[in-house]
Amino acid sequence: MAVCVAVIAKENYPLYIRSVPTESELKFHYMVHTSLDVVDEKISAMGKALVDQRELYLGLLYPTEDYKVSVFPNQLCRYGYVTNSKVKFVMVVDSSNTALRDNEIRSMFRKLHNSYTDVMCNPFYNPGDRIQSRAFDSMVTSMMVQVC
Amino acid sequence: MPFLFLLKVLEIRTYLPLFIQRFPSNFRESRWNGEGTVARFGLHLPLRSVDLCVSKSYGRAPKMIHLESNFVQFKEELLPKEGNKALLTFPFLHIYWTECCDTEVYKATVKDDLTKWQNVLKSHSSVDWLIVVVENDAKKKNKTNILPRTSIVDKIRNDFCNKQSDRCVVLSDPLKDSSRTQESWNAFLTKLRTLLLMSFTKNLGKFEDDMRTLREKRTEPGWSFCEYFMVQEELAFVFEMLQQFEDALVQYDELDALFSQYVVNFGAGDGANWLTFFCQPVKSWNGLILRKPIDMEKRELIQRQEATLLDLRSYLFSRQCTLLLFLQRPWEVAQRALELLHSCVQELELLDVSVPPGALDCWVFLSCLEVLQRIEGCCDRVQIDSNIAHTVGLWSYATEKLKSLGYLCGLVSEKGPNSEDLNRTVDLLAGLGAERPETANTAQSPYKKLKEALSSVEAFEKHYLDLSHATIEMYTSIGRIRSAKFVGKDLAEFYMRKKSPQKAEVYLQGALKNYLAEGWALPVTHTRKQLAECQKRLGQIENYLQTSSLLASDCHLTEEERESFCREILSFAGRQTDSPGHKIVLPLHSFAHLRDLRFTPPNAVVHVGGVLSVEITVCSQMPVPVQVEQIAIHVHFSIEKNNYRKTAEWLTKHRAAGGLVSFPTEAAPCPAPQSSLPALELCEMFERSPSDNSLNTTGIICKNVHMLLRRQESGAALEASTGVALEDGAHVLKCTSVTLEPGANTITFRTQAREPGTYTLRQLCASLGPVCFVLPHIQPPVQYDVYSQEPQLRVEPLADSLLAGIPQKVKFTVTTGHYTVKNGDSLQLSNIEAMLILCHAENRAVIYSNTREKASDAALRVQSSDKVTSISLPAAPAYHMIEFELEVLSLPSAPAAGGESAVLGTTEPHWKHRDTQKASHSMATTDHRVSIDCPWSIYSTVIALTFSMPFRTTHSLLSAGTRKYVQVCVQNLSELDFQLSDSNLVAAGDSSDLRLVPLHTDSQQHVRSEQAAFFVWELKWTREPPPPLHGQFSVGFSPASEQRLSVSLKPYTYEFQVDNFFVCVAFSLVGLVFACLLCIFSPFFQTLYSVTAEISPPPGAELCKTGALCSLEVTITRLADLLEVDKDEALTESAEYFSTKLMYEVVDNSSNWAVCGKSSGVVSMPVCARATHRVHMEVMPLFAGYLPLPDVRLFKYLPHHSAHSSQLDADSWIENDGLSVDKHVDEQLDSSSIRSRGSGHSAASSEHKGLPMPRLQALPPGQVFNCSAGTQVLVVPSKDDHVLEVSVT
Repeated sequence: MAVCVAVIAKENYPLYIRSVPTESELKFHYMVHTSLDVVDEKISAMGKALVDQRELYLGLLYPTEDYKVSVFPNQLCRYGYVTNSKVKFVMVVDSSNTALRDNEIRSMFRKLHNSYTDVMCNPFYNPGDRIQSRAFDSMVTSMMVQVC
Repeated sequence: MPFLFLLKVLEIRTYLPLFIQRFPSNFRESRWNGEGTVARFGLHLPLRSVDLCVSKSYGRAPKMIHLESNFVQFKEELLPKEGNKALLTFPFLHIYWTECCDTEVYKATVKDDLTKWQNVLKSHSSVDWLIVVVENDAKKKNKTNILPRTSIVDKIRNDFCNKQSDRCVVLSDPLKDSSRTQESWNAFLTKLRTLLLMSFTKNLGKFEDDMRTLREKRTEPGWSFCEYFMVQEELAFVFEMLQQFEDALVQYDELDALFSQYVVNFGAGDGANWLTFFCQPVKSWNGLILRKPIDMEKRELIQRQEATLLDLRSYLFSRQCTLLLFLQRPWEVAQRALELLHSCVQELELLDVSVPPGALDCWVFLSCLEVLQRIEGCCDRVQIDSNIAHTVGLWSYATEKLKSLGYLCGLVSEKGPNSEDLNRTVDLLAGLGAERPETANTAQSPYKKLKEALSSVEAFEKHYLDLSHATIEMYTSIGRIRSAKFVGKDLAEFYMRKKSPQKAEVYLQGALKNYLAEGWALPVTHTRKQLAECQKRLGQIENYLQTSSLLASDCHLTEEERESFCREILSFAGRQTDSPGHKIVLPLHSFAHLRDLRFTPPNAVVHVGGVLSVEITVCSQMPVPVQVEQIAIHVHFSIEKNNYRKTAEWLTKHRAAGGLVSFPTEAAPCPAPQSSLPALELCEMFERSPSDNSLNTTGIICKNVHMLLRRQESGAALEASTGVALEDGAHVLKCTSVTLEPGANTITFRTQAREPGTYTLRQLCASLGPVCFVLPHIQPPVQYDVYSQEPQLRVEPLADSLLAGIPQKVKFTVTTGHYTVKNGDSLQLSNIEAMLILCHAENRAVIYSNTREKASDAALRVQSSDKVTSISLPAAPAYHMIEFELEVLSLPSAPAAGGESAVLGTTEPHWKHRDTQKASHSMATTDHRVSIDCPWSIYSTVIALTFSMPFRTTHSLLSAGTRKYVQVCVQNLSELDFQLSDSNLVAAGDSSDLRLVPLHTDSQQHVRSEQAAFFVWELKWTREPPPPLHGQFSVGFSPASEQRLSVSLKPYTYEFQVDNFFVCVAFSLVGLVFACLLCIFSPFFQTLYSVTAEISPPPGAELCKTGALCSLEVTITRLADLLEVDKDEALTESAEYFSTKLMYEVVDNSSNWAVCGKSSGVVSMPVCARATHRVHMEVMPLFAGYLPLPDVRLFKYLPHHSAHSSQLDADSWIENDGLSVDKHVDEQLDSSSIRSRGSGHSAASSEHKGLPMPRLQALPPGQVFNCSAGTQVLVVPSKDDHVLEVSVT
């Protein structure tokens, strides 16, 4: 359902980014990058309330003519301690497919989050490295295939 | 006179003033201009009837609404027809006014009129009516024949209001100001209000019901959206009029959603017929119109079902906008506008509406600006500034659209628009139509802007730049840097097209910096590509080449692109430059990456003249092999004194991996710099005090603080080529014409070390013609050291310490340093007699290279003459080491107490060196100093070797009655086991009268490490008194384990050498003292007194019992006649014999006995043999068991007038010792042997005080023999003791 899925580290560099029409990869990179502005804005606006309410979904942040971009900053539980790791998920959804409801986007993000948590649980994964997990990749693929 | 009571039809044109105007004036404007009654009524109405409480249907909360009404004269045409949907013109209440007070008149005209009116109403099913009867007193007075006042009203009530009597109201004297008038007005108005409200509620509810029914029919084929639109809008109007904007907005939103749903369904293939109408091609794109409350033009189009999709959307949005502005929500307008514009574009696409190219862009651009201007029109600057976040999207959208219009119409191209472009522009402008009258006077209207922008290249540029800069500024001000950079990149692209790269560069650099800082690889590559183009055009060669090198090594580009950028560099490098000295310095990291570095020799320390090779591995990041003219390492040279030592220390710590230094991969541009902070490099630190090596301070040192704590620069230095400076140094390692293949390359530098010092590798520089790639700092710092060393000789024992008397190995190490050892060079050792150098035939020397590798070995020739031993060294090159071992033997030294040597009479060699001997509790040591002449120096090297004595000896004199024994104890202090043999004690001098009979076995004795051997001789003498003993003890010893007797010694004049093992005069000093003692005080060792103690149980008892007094009898017997030794002050001569005074003392140190009564006393002892003195005293045993007897001690008792002390040297008194031994005793006896207990009675202290007190003098141990020493007495416990204590000794 998504055309582009990106996982962005706390420091705003991409941990993972993939988009479906590979030709427009660059465009998606730019798009995801600029959308971080809005993410930052929303996160700082919500501030503490966001964390307390456990509401991770930021909603629609950046409509464009062609695509809607929505975002989901990540809050993560790791074994042993809880950290607000501020990892962000950005998903670009083809907005011609308006059948996508908010709830569906939410559930997609939840799936993404779960998969990301699995990646983090991998003892051979260094937090902060680019995600190269095959399981994560195939999960993202499944989310993208649905629309195309 | 019938009237319609309608809701006031509001003039839409005067809609806004509606809020300003208050009711009375409004009312005056009403169309009704009837007679005075109503005019008066109009004055009263605003006071009372404005607020009606409407309880609205559909779950909405009751609200106070403000209702305005209008009076209209009744016409039948005004009554709504069946199916009328107009709500605004709906007659809510019909009122019939009559002034009739005459029954005649009533019957004649009014009744008929009323009936007719009622019938008309009924036929239109209108039930909301009211009859007002106005009574006038004036009229009444005129006509006398009138009926009672109420009769007309009653008649009307009877005739018309059969069940609803409240539908008829009387208004009496409306123009008078009486209380009655007031009352009737009140009643009338209350009635009016109630009825009006009832009607309103009813009709509104009905309308809404109808509307919903209509909506439910939307699936039916003939349903038209436009019709429905008009109906629901009617409702919205009503709410709006009631100032219920929220509710009005809901109506529009519902319409909006309904329409959107249809479009989506259409896209999904579920098309409604009416939608096809909206699919007609777009012919007009004049944007939103938000300045009028209601765009009647568009509304009519919709009503006529002629509106296009854009028309409908525009109208809908303009209404929503109006309502939102009423609601004071301008920011929602902006937000909704953006959504609207996006969705319109999408809907047009979805519905497959044909749109001329650029038309939508025009529409969007106009709409954006319209919305923005509308918002600006109703907000002040401060509000706008604080809400940029809401409007900036529109700005950016407008910019984007203008840009695409510019590209479309050829306004961006360099040459300006061509004819095709112009045609297109004309078409687009045509679609805009004429400017709307309401904006015609505004200078900055969107319409004018667009028209102007499209009119010429310059105008377009101006407008586009204005917009872009405004957008960037807004984005920046609200902190959306990334978006700002993105717009900036568009702007840069525009500048590039306009051939002004110098303006573009700023934006590209800014964007690139941002992407680099956040580690977005693809945007970085893309922006860099643009930047490269820009820099090329600008002719910034250095920057261009740098960017090119970065791009050539960028893995996100295709192979061809990379190669082309690489070729750019190579072609530039190949070109001849005008100024040959000019060099272009670029950072190396884009070109290649230094991976590791290896020194040979691995410790990176070479001596002067040595060859050092440095092997570096460089990973080229170029896609093609690159021929590099020269690779150079610039080296910084520093002279450091004592550096060799420092590096040697440093080496052991740091360079373990075979001289390999690995460099960390430089932070690749992709991951964010924040994350690639270096890890903490921590090490422990201990600081010890220099004096006693105790720990002073400890801590943890972070070695890379400078990396961690440096200021986080915003990545400015990442691309900057400044800061890369080529260092010029005299010391350069070079490697010419190297081809760097893609990937790892190994390059080896060789250098011959010249000057000693530390060389630090600073920069790595690869030059390609005029282009230099420089690695400005090699991090971590790498250095090599060149040293020059003086030749050196070291001599050290192989073992921990050298033992005297047996052959010991000593290692000689010659470090040649800069000296080359030639054949024939030799070491000249001056001989010491006390130390022999034992030469073996097969001595070999090993030559090691500087790195401890064995180079060769050679035989060593050792030649000895009387004075010197010469060791000829094998030839060895400089900076090598020669190692060999020699065996040395320290001859145990003979007594060295200079004065006594003659007395000893041994063959004492003449000591060249005054060897020092230290007698301590541990081993006695002897230092030998050997001076060695080395071939490289005119000075001799003096080397001290310390040998330790393996043994220590003590001796003691033992007595048994009058017989005397000498015991010698030999203690092995070393860690070796020794064999002792041929022990011998020789009485020196005239020893014919004295015989020594050995009591020990003569065989060899084995002495283990840390153990002792004892030797005992009985002393026998033939002459009385016995002569002094001047003895010398000797014993042979050899290591027990090693049977290394193969040492061939040069013949020396030592008598024991013949025996082929080493005999040593081991304790000559001690032996000498011993001899002296005997020599001077020989009478002392003769036994003079014997003491016998005996304990007998109390009379009547068989055994001693604890607690019972026993008698102690001490018998002192003189064994010898008057001797020389007795002649002292104590000796008194009486008539027939000499007598001396003795003091006895009974002491029990082990507290076994309690001595009762006097425990000491002075006896006068006759000096002749067999003189006996008995003393009785009482003692009590304290414990049971075999108890040793208490000690009995004898002292010589010297009278106080003795002159003895004056004869002695006062200095010889030991003041603080507490031991009151006389000087001569102290001097000559081993201190341990005369440590007499009870000497606290010594008169030494009293002597010092100068008081005439008697003195006590201890008898030498040889003179008193205690016969009962060691005897024990059995003590049984007393029976009544509860506690049994048994002491067993």
